Amino acid sequence: MEDDREPAALFDEDVDTPEAKPDEETNGDLFIGETTEITLDDAGSKKDDTPVESDQGSADIERLEGGENEEKPESSAAASVDVTNLSKPSKDESEPAPKEKPEEKEVEEEEEDDTFDMNIKVSDPEKIGDGMSSYMVFKVTTMTSIPTYKNSEMFVKRRFSDFLGLHDRLNSKFLHLGRLVPPAPEKSVVGMTKVKLGKGEDNNPVDFINKRRAALERYLNRVSKHPILREDPDFRQFLEADVLPRAKDTAALSGGGLKRFVKSVGDTMFQLTTKMSESDQWFEEKQQQIETLDLQLKKLHQSIEVLALQRRDLSSSTAAFAKSTAMLSNAEEHATLSRALSQLAEVEEKIEQLHIQQADSDFYVVAELLKDYIGLIQSVKASFQERVRSYSNWQHAQQMLTKKREALVKLELASKNEKLPQAQEEVKEWEQKVEKGEEDFGKISKMIQKEMARFEKNRVKDFRESMIKYLEAMMDSQQQLIKYWEGFPTGGQSHCIDKLISISSSNQNKN
Amino acid sequence: MDAADSADMLEDEKIRTQSVDLNTDTSLMVDISDALSERDRVKFTVHTKSTLPNFKESEFSVVREHEEFVWLHDRYVENEEYAGIIIPPAPPKPDFDVSREKLQKLGEGENSMTKEEFQKMKARTGSRVPCYFPRKLNFNVFLEFKGELNVRGKNKKERLGGLFKGLAKGVDEVLLSGQKDVDEFFETEKKFLVEYNMKLKDCTRTADRMTKSHKNVADSFIRISSSVSQMGTSEYMDIDRFLNKLAEYFEKARKLEGRVASDEDLKSSDLLRYYVRDTDAAKNLLYRRARCLADYENANKALDKARVKGKEVAAAETAQQTASEKFEHISEVAKQELTDFKTRRVQQFRKNMTERAELELKHAKAHVNLLKTSLGLLKEL
Repeated sequence: MEDDREPAALFDEDVDTPEAKPDEETNGDLFIGETTEITLDDAGSKKDDTPVESDQGSADIERLEGGENEEKPESSAAASVDVTNLSKPSKDESEPAPKEKPEEKEVEEEEEDDTFDMNIKVSDPEKIGDGMSSYMVFKVTTMTSIPTYKNSEMFVKRRFSDFLGLHDRLNSKFLHLGRLVPPAPEKSVVGMTKVKLGKGEDNNPVDFINKRRAALERYLNRVSKHPILREDPDFRQFLEADVLPRAKDTAALSGGGLKRFVKSVGDTMFQLTTKMSESDQWFEEKQQQIETLDLQLKKLHQSIEVLALQRRDLSSSTAAFAKSTAMLSNAEEHATLSRALSQLAEVEEKIEQLHIQQADSDFYVVAELLKDYIGLIQSVKASFQERVRSYSNWQHAQQMLTKKREALVKLELASKNEKLPQAQEEVKEWEQKVEKGEEDFGKISKMIQKEMARFEKNRVKDFRESMIKYLEAMMDSQQQLIKYWEGFPTGGQSHCIDKLISISSSNQNKN
Repeated sequence: MDAADSADMLEDEKIRTQSVDLNTDTSLMVDISDALSERDRVKFTVHTKSTLPNFKESEFSVVREHEEFVWLHDRYVENEEYAGIIIPPAPPKPDFDVSREKLQKLGEGENSMTKEEFQKMKARTGSRVPCYFPRKLNFNVFLEFKGELNVRGKNKKERLGGLFKGLAKGVDEVLLSGQKDVDEFFETEKKFLVEYNMKLKDCTRTADRMTKSHKNVADSFIRISSSVSQMGTSEYMDIDRFLNKLAEYFEKARKLEGRVASDEDLKSSDLLRYYVRDTDAAKNLLYRRARCLADYENANKALDKARVKGKEVAAAETAQQTASEKFEHISEVAKQELTDFKTRRVQQFRKNMTERAELELKHAKAHVNLLKTSLGLLKEL
């Protein structure tokens, strides 16, 4: 049952109080990389020996050589990364001015952003198998200068559920720390069923697969942009390892799906029942901003999708017009007019292509970006929720402490001395828990603030870049449009064709 | 070119043909100077300027409604004298919502489409009526009579009658379609018109669809613009000005795309639509001629019969004579009309295609400029 112990290990002192984190247990079921957990546990226990006084800066890169290296090399790295995360609270504790730390840390993370680059490409979708048991495999190519990777360039084959598995692992490891874990692309039962049932290569809905491919690529790159997540052993394993432990329970209609559903219902209940009086103004404000942003992004996303759809419609109606114009040109008996009509048909055909390109640009450049951000906002909300959960744990511990203290006082009054040591022990235990809860809460709050800063920065950057890219694409297509119409004889040199038509028409009339 | 050529072409008619865009003939100029929408009816001011002696004044205008145009059209159709002419189709009943929308969109004093439609009919009617039947009373009344013409819309019975007539004509047409024409000109012309009309209809349908979807694209820009500007107002990072500028771009782009759509409508769809009706009119002419031919043949047969029987030969002879003359006349006029029709068609298509290309170019260039300035501004922010 390593699964159950794993999340506890991340919260070292929490090991003996599983009831404080009831949801973590359900989380454990989703967690599959068994090998990693063993080492994590070891790392957790080792933690005390590990010098914690190390500078904040080195924390992330800190390599812990200890741990049982009987598994893959990745597992040792796993330990190291998690230890750094674990070591932070103790640092916070020990240092009198914890306020400065996140900032320093942030600077460091951003520096890292610049020094290492990582580019991941998802390509070559390939259908494996037949019928309902078939699946798509994508080629994931990674190019990186990060030294912890064995090669600077590598590629692996991954299927969609592997991506979901990766997301589940990252989520269970980092979400409760207040990290923003990028959301995995959503499942589409309908789309995939189409792919599965499609016979042969031609029948595959190319649009769907390409959409998914692009979404997966964006997902991986988003993870790789995160200085902590990209150091995660699971992520590395995902990019490097030839064979990946099969991701379980990612299918929408499996037991795992049901568990997820139950969990999400539980989360909603928690959300509805737990009210936290927000004392932190920053969070109060941020929460509101995020809500507004969420609504607006959704609205904009919808309008852009409508635009893309209508652009597709325009392209098909232009194609129809081009076709019927060509037909009309065939029926036209006047030679020059017939030629002019067929040229018009050609121009319209080219314009049809232009509209398709535009629709793609509407969709891939803008709509998908917005969709990603709508997903990211869900992650933001989830991390806020984790903070509320952490708060409620802390409050719970406080209540328990009060109760225990009251019990102790009662015992003392009743002078039931034989029970006193146990009661004192309990009070002590809950005092520690309160302390831990408070600390956890402070930690997660700080982490969220830090992550939000990153999120906002990236959001502004992404949005700006994408919109400029989008407008540039629009410009290209308008310039192309100019070219096409200039190529149309009556447009560019209208006078020549005027003469041509008039001469021939008067000739015909004379005949 | 047009002036000289058409003059050439129609020399034998003494009076020059005037088509919509040819204003070389000043003897009669009709234009729709104003269109006024009053609740559910649109009133057109028909302005006439003429040097022809059969008008009392040289310049005058009257207010006419759609029904009155239809009435004029029906008078032409009814009169057998005009059987050889392609009677200009009456403009379709203006769709008030659509034309109002169009009027709004075109805004800055450009011709409203409906107006243009009426104009076309007017100008064409004006152009040919005097040349064949200078003392065409109805037309003069239509142009001159200041009061209301008091033409009521068709009532139910009449409409039913019209429907029945149409049906009978349809059946007759089918019966006559088997008829082999001795004159090759009309035979090819018939084949051409039937096919051309079909293709035109198809083309009009697709053009309408294209215009509509283009308009939808333009409209979806509004939503984007408003979404983006809303984001701009509640944005807390330093991207708010960027968003506002972006919203401005979408707003402007909407106007441009909307113009492209309405120009497509104006220059392609409407032209095609008009020619669907015009080819229909030409087809009707061919039908009338075929009818005459059948009458003529029947008269021949009747004459033969009468001769065999030796009864009423004289009457049959006269009947045959009249039918023959009628047929000769209609054939002659129709031939000229159809040739004329072709010239007009080529000219109009050329004109509209050129204009459309020029407008598309103009809009695309304006869009590129807009993008350039917007991108410049956005990159600075």
